Amino acid sequence: MILQAIDTLVVLLILTNLLLLGTNRLNGCIRMIAFQGFLLGVLAIFLQTPGNPVHIFLLAAGSMILKGVVFPWLLSRALREAHVRREVDPFVGFTLSLIAGGAALAVAVSLGARLPLPEALGSTLVFPGALFMIFVGFFLIVSRRTALSQVLGYLVLENGIYLCGIALIHDEPVLIEMGVLLDVFVAVFIMGIMIFHIQREFDHIETDQLATLKDVEP
Amino acid sequence: MLIVLFSIGFLLATGVCARLFQRTAAGSTRIGAAGAAAGCAVGFMAGLRALLDGHVESLRLPWSIPYASFFIRLDALSAFFLCLIFGISALCALYGAEYLSVERDHETGGSWFFFNALVASMAMVVLAHNAVLFLIAWEMMSLASFFLVTSEDEDPAVRQAGRSYLIATHLGTTFLFALFVLLGRSTGTLDFDGFGAAAGAPSTLLFLLAVTGFGVKAGLVPFHVWLPEAHPAAPSHVSAVMSGVMIKTGIYGLVRIVPYLGWPSVSWGGLLIGLGSLSAVWGILQALSQQDIKRLLAYSSVENIGIITMGLGVWLLGVSLGSPALSLLGLAGALLHVLNHAVFKSLLFLGAGAVVRQSGTRRLDQMGGLLKRMPWTGAAFLIGAAAVSGLPPLNGFVSEFLIYLGAYRGILSLPGASHWPFIVVIAALALVGGLAALCFTKAFGVIFLGSPRRDREVSLHEVGPWMRWPMAILAASCAFLAVAAPWTMARLWPGLLGPLNDVVITALGFSAIALALAGARFWLLSGRSVETAATWGCGYPLPTSRMQYTASSFAQPIVSLFWLPLRLPNLYEPCWRVGERFLKRFRWLQHGRVQLYVLYIMVTLIVLMVWKLG
Amino acid sequence: MIMATLHLFMALTLSPLLLGIINRTKALFAGRTGQPLLQLYYDLAKLLRKGAVYSRTTTWVFRAGPVIGLASVLMASALVPFGGRPSLLSFPGDFLVLACLLGLARFFTILAALDTGSSFEGMGASREAAFSALAEPALLLSLAAVALRSGRLSLSSMLVSPLAWGHLAPALWLVAAAVFVVLLAENARVPVDDPATHLELTMIHEVMVLDHSGPDLAFILYGAALKLWILGAVWVGIVAPFGGMNPWTGTLFALAAILGLAVFIGVIESLMARLRLSRIPPLLVGAGVCALLALLVARP
Repeated sequence: MILQAIDTLVVLLILTNLLLLGTNRLNGCIRMIAFQGFLLGVLAIFLQTPGNPVHIFLLAAGSMILKGVVFPWLLSRALREAHVRREVDPFVGFTLSLIAGGAALAVAVSLGARLPLPEALGSTLVFPGALFMIFVGFFLIVSRRTALSQVLGYLVLENGIYLCGIALIHDEPVLIEMGVLLDVFVAVFIMGIMIFHIQREFDHIETDQLATLKDVEP
Repeated sequence: MLIVLFSIGFLLATGVCARLFQRTAAGSTRIGAAGAAAGCAVGFMAGLRALLDGHVESLRLPWSIPYASFFIRLDALSAFFLCLIFGISALCALYGAEYLSVERDHETGGSWFFFNALVASMAMVVLAHNAVLFLIAWEMMSLASFFLVTSEDEDPAVRQAGRSYLIATHLGTTFLFALFVLLGRSTGTLDFDGFGAAAGAPSTLLFLLAVTGFGVKAGLVPFHVWLPEAHPAAPSHVSAVMSGVMIKTGIYGLVRIVPYLGWPSVSWGGLLIGLGSLSAVWGILQALSQQDIKRLLAYSSVENIGIITMGLGVWLLGVSLGSPALSLLGLAGALLHVLNHAVFKSLLFLGAGAVVRQSGTRRLDQMGGLLKRMPWTGAAFLIGAAAVSGLPPLNGFVSEFLIYLGAYRGILSLPGASHWPFIVVIAALALVGGLAALCFTKAFGVIFLGSPRRDREVSLHEVGPWMRWPMAILAASCAFLAVAAPWTMARLWPGLLGPLNDVVITALGFSAIALALAGARFWLLSGRSVETAATWGCGYPLPTSRMQYTASSFAQPIVSLFWLPLRLPNLYEPCWRVGERFLKRFRWLQHGRVQLYVLYIMVTLIVLMVWKLG
Repeated sequence: MIMATLHLFMALTLSPLLLGIINRTKALFAGRTGQPLLQLYYDLAKLLRKGAVYSRTTTWVFRAGPVIGLASVLMASALVPFGGRPSLLSFPGDFLVLACLLGLARFFTILAALDTGSSFEGMGASREAAFSALAEPALLLSLAAVALRSGRLSLSSMLVSPLAWGHLAPALWLVAAAVFVVLLAENARVPVDDPATHLELTMIHEVMVLDHSGPDLAFILYGAALKLWILGAVWVGIVAPFGGMNPWTGTLFALAAILGLAVFIGVIESLMARLRLSRIPPLLVGAGVCALLALLVARP
């Protein structure tokens, strides 16, 4: 029963990643990230060994609020204030991104099957799902143009690492939680501020145009 | 066996005669083509009889070259490939008789000499059971095809194509040399019999050498770069033989040599499936973006070689994972696809040659509406196009069905860890099937359907009987092979009878229903008014033929989706450039003075003698 | 055998009703009364009584297109099981023959469209070919997942035995979603194609049959209805297998399910707009990746 719930949640997470690869609207992407944060919180509850339930629930609730509400709110605020186009414009194209996602899924599952993981994991889909999220995060950072999309990719990457963490370590979830949340909070906060300032200075946040900031040879 | 040898000898003899008696083009054509057709027909009969009898005959004559013997053996695999070689070549020879006759008078003799030499050497390749004999025949095949590719050598593009073909095929042969040397060293003999006990060099290295060497000839990605240059440059009947038959000798080599390399590991099958799926998808994507009909067909050959290699990968996986049903399906599917592809690809090339000859251009966007002027060519090309897209009730579907079935059985019967190659096979075959249908509806539709895209009047008419009959025979074979598959396969492999029977029943059922519907429509329309009018253009008052969809616009949705793979640069370029820069330093050795060249030879001789005798 | 013949007869006679139900549902959502449920039957009867007009640009390929299209769909309908009983013709790998027969119908419809020499038909043909090339891997990978779960390779065995998806329910939902997207794409329903539009910028299937008339058009419309029934029966078989029931009960339940599916398609058509053409390939590839995911999850 728990196994089925975990499987369903991981499948839903993978589906959110696929939607992130295929959606062309930034608002939709931000909503997917929020949903991912929420799912990760629920998954954290199901994955923990029974014991200390209050502390688990608190952590899960905290992460759900932070990842599901606060960060998306910050991001949509940045989106609004930077006056960017509401559409994603990838280098690679959505169809090729999805095909790459399929390949990443294949690689993640086959790699996950080879790693010597502890038996107590139960579901064999959690670790591959986490690997897949990491790949998708990297892919999003590499293949999208606007700085905002890259922030989204970074968030997905962190979500993936978080999932790896809670899947593997059962005893000190607080440590991982704190570490990851702090990391992400700082990143989003700083990136939010920076995006605002970049946009104010240059009137856009297209990263390929930001490349012109590099030093030119004399 | 002797009959086959006789036919090989006959081919060579008539080739030489054609070269010698080339005072008139017509005369040498008649000798060359008739000799080719007759020799091939005789050889085909012998091969067919050997295939159906199931006897294995061999002939062994000693030879003075060390390690070599004139050892040939005719077993079922050789007989299968012999039928293929002789059958297709006979038809292409008849086609070539008319195709070449209007071309270049003074060179037809040489052309027929090389054509006959090509067929004879291909036959020897599949008969040879000694590595030296095999390599000699292989080299003859490459050289003969090189001279045929560069027939029309005033065109610099043709010369360039010939050059790249020669370099590529010799690079491949180097790998084969290495392979045979390593195999021979561990067993002490260069006869294929002796290879059976090979245990010396690591078999994976030998396998990689075999895949590279035979893959260059077959046109597997990433060794395929010569194929889209060489096949279009050759005259159409030669392209048909090269694409239909010659690249299959690479597949023959793999199927022959790999069993001698010991028990296959799982990675071998996986490698073949990976290369095969890459070739299939890459080939069809490139074919979709082509404007030149012959380049399109050449890339489609790369795609089909990919499908055949995927079948071979399923075969090896079945062997290494201990599933005989799986290996049977994979090997049968691959070999059946070899036969089917030979038939429909040569049909397509012959049809393309007819069209190119009559319309004077190879570009798709300058043709159109040819079905009305060339009905027979068009009908034959349609059957070829439907066959290459893997559609029932034709033969392309049967072989793809076997490979699919092998992949599905692999997923069902094997543990989860080894599902990946089969998933890749299914996804690749499905994608490639759809894209091939797109590609060949584009080719057939833009060439033959609609209205002519060029306004100037061209005196287009149907080609002559010598060009039409081979196409008709090949088209009929497509349908015949689809129905005859169960019967022929059951003779060789009884386990396949069940599924293939049902496929044939479906095909026959479909044909019956189609005929019934056509009859019903005829009856319905018989008493009523059937008129003709202009095409409905949604009210647009001035439609012209230039408004039709062109080849590039037809393929545009898919080509724009897959732009990234299609715009990858040629990855061999940097290698060639580095090699060139390195070798430029040794230019000073080539100064042109004969005395110094002789001095080089003397010095080398002395050094060798001192080294080996001192 | 008798049940299989009965199911085939039901498919042949009741498939135009599905389109009527879809249109009626859409009309109800729009607040109209809409066409009669049996409208397609009246249309077919009317078309079969008419003569034909052929374009001067076309050749025998144009006349062959509708015949081959309908013949392949008719042959395919003999392969599909219904209501938990095997079909008339079943063998390992019959779903491959089904997919390729539908491909054959598509091939000749595209050629007939190109034969008219009109840019509109060329447009529809090009889009249709591109989208169906992307939809085919989704269908075959979904059927691989179903085959893996059921351990069989024939549609009649895969969709008949009560599939114990059990704790692998996510896989079932993924397969159902993927096959449903393929069904919408193959049958030209919203959100892939709008069957009610006649603007050349938005048509895919409609524009390919623009030039056909009389009995040809009747063959094409009937073939489209039959194709919807076939793919609908496959979807119903995956989602709600009726094996183990009394054959008559199974048939009734399956009939109710397929009529319910028609209503569901009508609801989706009323609630969604057609996607932009550039969004359809990601949708189809996404369905394919969902099918791949189902295949990975559905290990026995």
